[in-house]
Amino acid sequence: MQDDKTPMIAIRDVVKKFGSFTALHGITADIREGEFFSLLGPSGCGKTTLLRTIAGFEPTTSGTIAIDGKNMADIPANDRPTNMVFQSYAIFPHLNVEENVGYGLKTRKMPKKDIAREVAEVLSLVDMEGYGKRKAHELSGGQRQRVALARALVMKPKVILLDEPLSALDKKLRDQMQVELRSLQRSIGITFILVTHDQEEALIMSDRIAVMFEGQIEQLDTPEGLYRRPVNKRVASFIGVMNFLSAKVTEQTDTHLTLDMDALGKIDLPRDRLGEDITPESIGTVGVRPEMLTVLFDQSDWSQNKVEGEVVDTEYYGDMTYYKVRLPGRDAPLSISMRNTAGRSVVPPGSPVTVGWGAESIVVFGD
Amino acid sequence: MAWRFDREAGQGLKLISPTFGYVLVMLAAPLLMVITFSFWTQDYLTIDTTLTLDNYREAWTQPLYQVLMWRSLKISLIVTVVTVLLAFPIAYYLSFHVKKRKALWLFLITVPFWTSYLLRVFLWKVILGYNGVFNTTLMGLGFIEEPLTFILYNLNAVVITLAHAWAPFAILPIFVALEKIDRSLLEAATDLGDSPMRRFFRITLPLAMPGIVASTLIVLIPTVGDFITPRLVGGTDGLMISNMIQIQFGKANNAPLGAALAVSAMVVIGLISAGIFFAGKKLGGRVR
Repeated sequence: MQDDKTPMIAIRDVVKKFGSFTALHGITADIREGEFFSLLGPSGCGKTTLLRTIAGFEPTTSGTIAIDGKNMADIPANDRPTNMVFQSYAIFPHLNVEENVGYGLKTRKMPKKDIAREVAEVLSLVDMEGYGKRKAHELSGGQRQRVALARALVMKPKVILLDEPLSALDKKLRDQMQVELRSLQRSIGITFILVTHDQEEALIMSDRIAVMFEGQIEQLDTPEGLYRRPVNKRVASFIGVMNFLSAKVTEQTDTHLTLDMDALGKIDLPRDRLGEDITPESIGTVGVRPEMLTVLFDQSDWSQNKVEGEVVDTEYYGDMTYYKVRLPGRDAPLSISMRNTAGRSVVPPGSPVTVGWGAESIVVFGD
Repeated sequence: MAWRFDREAGQGLKLISPTFGYVLVMLAAPLLMVITFSFWTQDYLTIDTTLTLDNYREAWTQPLYQVLMWRSLKISLIVTVVTVLLAFPIAYYLSFHVKKRKALWLFLITVPFWTSYLLRVFLWKVILGYNGVFNTTLMGLGFIEEPLTFILYNLNAVVITLAHAWAPFAILPIFVALEKIDRSLLEAATDLGDSPMRRFFRITLPLAMPGIVASTLIVLIPTVGDFITPRLVGGTDGLMISNMIQIQFGKANNAPLGAALAVSAMVVIGLISAGIFFAGKKLGGRVR
């Protein structure tokens, strides 16, 4: 048995070079057993390359990958305890659904009767009973996705690797599959590693997320941690929407800093609000999420900071309204999102408004 | 269903009509003529146009024709197997291992076409002959005492020459079929535990089957009817059915019998091709 301290996958200083191009610059991360882990980043950030080195399709240039405590350096892809769900699904076109799903079990020389049972079981798990005799070209995109998943699940691997598995599906189906995939992973408890460029998908599905840029992990955190405490501006702007304002420290005490922010004015922050790598001298920017700002309809019970501005644009989404509000002394308008609860009307562009905000909503960045 | 002769269909017909006319005049009409001839009889200098099956009776019962037909089939089947077996590794290498300059490789494969077919057959004579390049080299190196004679003027020579001549035609369809295989399918097979060898037989080969069938037919069908190669390098042991057809139309002055032999050969090869086609189709879906 593995004790709790051994990670399911231990990635240590992994470097991957393609000729003169370095795709991975020394990646180190631990992925826990039973975790839904996501590699999130823009295209070309190395997330797929990292997944492929774990699967064994790409040898690492240096560094080690251990799965369940075992170094994978000399273990070829076909002997690793991982199975992949490919972006293109890679359903074998000359075989039907049953034969596709049973493919790996046949390689293991499992008796035919057992294969049939396992295949039937896993097909019902992914809601594909009755499709066993169909071929790939007779399936829809969503069904292919399920077959690809079933083909990996039936192998009962230690880790399932998913390479942008939902990117080819339409929005509605994708939303549904995100929830299904997540609950399936929870119920069977296999470690999942998902590669995605869709931050919303990563936030919804993952236990933890590694945000990657240019071959490096910029931040590894829970979805909430990433959203609320992004370590730098790049992560902050990649995950959700963030208003950035320039800021400077004007006074310091042992416990507090006073920041002078563009358009929002001065604020006192406790020192422990700064991230590990941020010194008061390095502070140049603060960020605030659109939902942390409030268009004040009734100012009487607002005890926190407020500032006057003017609405320049209104986007109405039914349940939400997105405002762009210009503050005096600042060119770029602030994004503010408001839930359209009872009693809140939509403020048309051109109207003067009061924007309320609290000190706890401010995220501080070093430059 | 009613024939809808709208503008678009009209334009399409106009576009293919020159080709269609050409095919009609140069292929369908002569073929029809040969078939008609096969039911007539040669009466010294004139043709007796009473319909008869006598030519077919003779073509199918005379031992000489049977021998020639069997030999033709045997030679072309051997040539086909040898050619496709040799072509597959080349196509595989080209598709999976050549990363840069694929076009250059394809170009080089067509280089043999730069010389005429006849010239290439003659060159094989020079290479395989009693005092040819092959024998003198081996003797010069001391591997053999006297020239090998089993390599020219017999069946072997025909096989060697035809296999070389048809190699490019066999390589290209297989190459195209291999190129079309989605590489992630191969990764998926590896991911599911297949060794490279197992993967080859379960994924690569079945998916390459259309190309292999195409190559087989492309080589098989014309080689049965080849008459230049057996004539030049085949000796008497290497004569094939087409040589006999040529003789019947020429020296023997029995065009109807020649026509019956030609039609018979066509039917036999047609049936074999259909068999290969369907077997390949089934195999492509079944090999796993």
